[in-house]
Amino acid sequence: MNRIDATFARLKQQQTRGLIAYITAGDPSPDRTVELILALEAGGADLIELGVPFSDPIADGPVIQKAGERALRAGTTVAKILDMIRELRRSSEIALIVFSYLNPILRYGFERFAKDAAQAGADGALLTDLNVEEAGPYLEQMRKYSLHPVFLVSQTTPPDRLRVLSQSSAGFVYLVSRAGVTGERDRVSDQAVRLIEKARRVTDLPLAVGFGLSRPEHMRALAPYADGVVVGSAFMRVVEQNLQAPDLADKMRDLAAALKAGLKVSE
Amino acid sequence: MATTTAALPDALGHFGPYGGRYVPEILVAPLDQLEAAYRQAQADPAFQAELDDLSQRFAGRPTPLYHAKRLSRHLGGADIYLKREDLLHTGAHKINNCLGQGLLVSRMGKKRIIAETGAGQHGVATAAACALFGFECIVYMGEEDMRRQSPNVFRMRLMGAEVVGVDAGSRTLKDAISEAMRDWVANFETTHYLLGSALGPHPYPMMVRDFHAVIGREARQQFQELTGGLPDILLACVGGGSNSIGLFHRFLGDESVKMVGVEAGGRGQALGDHAARFSGGSPGVLHGTYSYLLQDDDGQIALTHSVSAGLDYATVGPEHSWLHDQGRAEYVSCSDEDAVEAVKLLSRMEGIIPALESAHAVAEAVRRAPAAKGQKFLVNLSGRGDKDIGIFRETLPDLG
Repeated sequence: MNRIDATFARLKQQQTRGLIAYITAGDPSPDRTVELILALEAGGADLIELGVPFSDPIADGPVIQKAGERALRAGTTVAKILDMIRELRRSSEIALIVFSYLNPILRYGFERFAKDAAQAGADGALLTDLNVEEAGPYLEQMRKYSLHPVFLVSQTTPPDRLRVLSQSSAGFVYLVSRAGVTGERDRVSDQAVRLIEKARRVTDLPLAVGFGLSRPEHMRALAPYADGVVVGSAFMRVVEQNLQAPDLADKMRDLAAALKAGLKVSE
Repeated sequence: MATTTAALPDALGHFGPYGGRYVPEILVAPLDQLEAAYRQAQADPAFQAELDDLSQRFAGRPTPLYHAKRLSRHLGGADIYLKREDLLHTGAHKINNCLGQGLLVSRMGKKRIIAETGAGQHGVATAAACALFGFECIVYMGEEDMRRQSPNVFRMRLMGAEVVGVDAGSRTLKDAISEAMRDWVANFETTHYLLGSALGPHPYPMMVRDFHAVIGREARQQFQELTGGLPDILLACVGGGSNSIGLFHRFLGDESVKMVGVEAGGRGQALGDHAARFSGGSPGVLHGTYSYLLQDDDGQIALTHSVSAGLDYATVGPEHSWLHDQGRAEYVSCSDEDAVEAVKLLSRMEGIIPALESAHAVAEAVRRAPAAKGQKFLVNLSGRGDKDIGIFRETLPDLG
């Protein structure tokens, strides 16, 4: 069973929601990433989105943009990221998807990527700017190597298209909770819950919500509705503020624990 | 009017394998909405009539076709003709597209316009269109470009635009487009992205080309009236590729007419020293489209260099990639140095100071002309050089 499916099945039994932690691979340096993922897992993260840094991240706000710049300066490449996943698998079975803009994966090659990512121990991938109309060759390779493709759905996605996107996804569907780029916001968007309800009507897949979510109260607000909540910029801000700090991993673990505490459902 | 051009793109915006749409999911619906509004306007004679009227009375169309006799005699070969898009209001061909999109937006009911600009010509044309239609106008511009094209920054502000400096990457056109897209992702409900070249996600490459196709339609007719025939070669500079596709489009069915696109050869052939996508790049995805792209082995976008801010960009409009692969158009590059020499030559021979972008096309015509006796070249002089005076001062210190 794919680790993503196993994770959402377990969460359902435990009556808790999934904490999905995004982290830019290679920030502050490629040799720290596995340690940080293990810290997130220790804090309670259920699924990792491992971000491939890209030179021109048009969907990201300043925190993740800067994380990507640091990671690229530190020499991070797709091949090195797959090495990180191999190393992680020696000590962890946490579900993990590769989160990337299209061009680095296109350059690496869809077949080579799917084959190498599956062999390294990844469970799926999400390509931010690969629209489903253009995704045929990618989906073919993902299915061939039993990796889960995940697509984004937004508030502007009409119901027919939402159906196509969820049928093309496996493991879960990622709902973008608000307009704009990634980054922490004060409040949960009113759109978020409406979008979850809209998606429930067309798919049985687990639903994860992301963009702008960073605090325990955001987790509590969404826990009654979503199956998982994605947090990215808040984690990368901790990295940014603790680049040289010896206890960076502890701080990542503590933030994960605080967020996860907000995701318990009392029914 | 009879049209003999291929009916591309397809319904999903493809030119062969190129083009298409590669954007954050939230932009798919706004792009669909834009495409629907554009197709509706295109089919509406009232829209075309209004656009023609503005093009004539506001922008100054038709632009002349001019036989550069002294330059031709000096080179001793081909006869060189210039399509004078530099005489348009705001100083370049860019206004064709800004009036078209501006009119479209006034029908769509949005009131806020964002745009990117490299050399500032698209920014100035956008600012003028926004003043004309009464839209709020925000222009993103790389800080390096703001420095080297400062007269245009001032022009935009004078017409009421807010110019936002972008301090990321190489601080040039690529980074300005990325920032404009981030704005659009957040504000698409109220805001139209007035993209300034024939690139980006579908429908932009098609729509921007269509608004500039007037260049080739006029030039073809004028050329026949003036010479009784068609040109042998078309030459135009290619940054994103809007002035070149505008010139080429009407001639695509004329098999005897060769087409040459001139990219920025910059200061050398190493990655990072030029913007020659066809000789130095390979297909990839940037800013929503699949096209030839300057990238490194890991798929990261390469930095680019050109003396000309308008050609200083890592990818190219997808229709050019298709014309390149089909062998229908040829793409060459011209160095910074040769472009500056072409500015000097055209200025002295004809009393016309071209923009550094357009000077790349002039330079290629100058290179080919001596060996092409009896041929007729049509060069798109896409913009005027007033904006480049600061750069000329740096590169031509002997003029004081």
